[in-house]
Amino acid sequence: MTTLPTSTDKKLGLVIDLDTCVGCHACVISCKGWNTENYGAPLSDQDPYGAEPSGTFLNRVHSYEIQPEAAPAQLIHFPKSCLHCEDAPCVTVCPTGASYKRVEDGIVLVNEQDCIGCGLCAWACPYGAREMDATEKVMKKCTLCVDRIYNENLPEEDREPACVRTCPAGARHFGDFADPDSNVSKLTAERGGMDLMPEMGTKPVNKYLPPRLKDRDRSQDVDILAPLLDPVATESTGFLGWLDKALENMPGGKT
Amino acid sequence: MHPAPSVILFSTLSGLGFGLLAFLGLGMPAPTGFSAFVWFTLAYLLAVGGLIASTFHLGHPERAMKAFKQWRSSWLSREGICAVVALIVMAIYGAGLVFADTRFTLLGYLGAVLSVGTVFTTAMIYTQIRTVPRWHNLTTPFMFLSLCIAGGALLSGRVSLAIPLLVIAAVAQIAHWVVGDKAFAKSGTTIATATGLGARGDVRAFEPPHTGTNYLLKEFVYVIGRKHATKLRIIALVLMAVVPLVALTLTQTDAVSGVVVHLFAAIAVISHLVGVFAARWLFFAQAEHVVGLYYGKR
Ligand code: SF4
Ligand code: SF4
Ligand code: SF4
Repeated sequence: MTTLPTSTDKKLGLVIDLDTCVGCHACVISCKGWNTENYGAPLSDQDPYGAEPSGTFLNRVHSYEIQPEAAPAQLIHFPKSCLHCEDAPCVTVCPTGASYKRVEDGIVLVNEQDCIGCGLCAWACPYGAREMDATEKVMKKCTLCVDRIYNENLPEEDREPACVRTCPAGARHFGDFADPDSNVSKLTAERGGMDLMPEMGTKPVNKYLPPRLKDRDRSQDVDILAPLLDPVATESTGFLGWLDKALENMPGGKT
Repeated sequence: MHPAPSVILFSTLSGLGFGLLAFLGLGMPAPTGFSAFVWFTLAYLLAVGGLIASTFHLGHPERAMKAFKQWRSSWLSREGICAVVALIVMAIYGAGLVFADTRFTLLGYLGAVLSVGTVFTTAMIYTQIRTVPRWHNLTTPFMFLSLCIAGGALLSGRVSLAIPLLVIAAVAQIAHWVVGDKAFAKSGTTIATATGLGARGDVRAFEPPHTGTNYLLKEFVYVIGRKHATKLRIIALVLMAVVPLVALTLTQTDAVSGVVVHLFAAIAVISHLVGVFAARWLFFAQAEHVVGLYYGKR
């Protein structure tokens, strides 16, 4: 059913820490790997070793530069997967009921047997979290690794999303946002977790932790010995001056 | 947005076809026998042809029947249902005229409402999409509906109605452009809100996630043709409204008579169709999806 549940028992989702993410793309690879071998249609690639490779990914890492008014620029790595929105516009537009939000845990999924590949849900998602697979012609999206988190065949420590399990920096956290004492709720509260594009009214479950403010700007600091190291002569004289001129006068020397 | 030819063809042809069906339903004209057969065949070719074209862009057209289920929330589902019901009702109405020389007046009115309703549901599929600010406003359904009705009047030969309706449609189309041009800025969505990092300084996309392209960029960040948008708009408007208006006005004067009247009417219809097609191409090609912001693009 593509009408949204009024509330869900749990609100499972991710916290993504923009302060810690090192931009290694390990989560991209582990997500692609797990989701190609498990739930639903594999994530295909087109022309993978050719001149114009492209493919389906459920999680991609962007990089942004922030230029503050009076501080050095900062580089932020920015992983993005489905935010499992509470008010998910991708679900309500679906004509077949293939897209749905689960009442028990709030995960937004696609039933691929019902998907006609109209693409409307991807139009409705502001975050680019849905991609139509070019080979299978069905809509793919992050499943929150629904086939891991409840999977009793996996060792307990592996019962979390592949991207979370893989991240070497600990920049991705998984948990239940409906529980105020959960790890993700606490992190969100402590670090001022934020919504992406709040004006779109999607009420994302996933939260992003803003990068911490950097220590004071050191770029203009002056070492006390620095004046002694100032270049003495800007115009070279003597032997060096002669060499400079001689080289300049050689063919191709003057630019 | 990527201007998929199948979708543009669908919205242009079906818009005109359902417009004609609406006028037939209202009894303008109310032919019987063979002439009714010709009118209805034309209308069905346009409406159904468009609907069939629209299934070409589906990944799994063989599952299209599943799309009738979610009318409670989905405009696409509502469109499918409305189109099928309109076509069935109008088929019964048409059969009455063709085979029994009988006009089921009420059924015709119902069919007319459903035909226009189908075009309204099509328009709402785009209007509801908040992520494309150019579409997410009232001018979208206004433009779709006024063009459908004007096209119907034109095709059904209601000259005195078609002239004012074409003027209204042209105004609606211009309004859609004028409002649409400002919509993205007005939506307040920027790379700053998309990343949540705006409070810290100017945000710039530094590196895309992959060196290659992807579905999102192909489908949502379509920039070809934007350069010529103004020229194309003028061409579209001239073909869709100005040429038909001149042609229709001339048929009302003594200057043209006999076969020439039909020739002028044909010119008006074809020019209108080509103009709407061009405008619909722009409708997609100029539409910017907010996801482009994540890639530092619009
Ligand atoms: S992030 Fe996109 S795909 Fe995921 S729930 Fe929200 S709107 Fe739907
Ligand atoms: S692409 Fe599939 S999941 Fe998305 S709206 Fe269409 S039918 Fe539903
Ligand atoms: S939760 Fe699973 S499917 Fe979603 S981004 Fe992480 S690895 Fe991919």
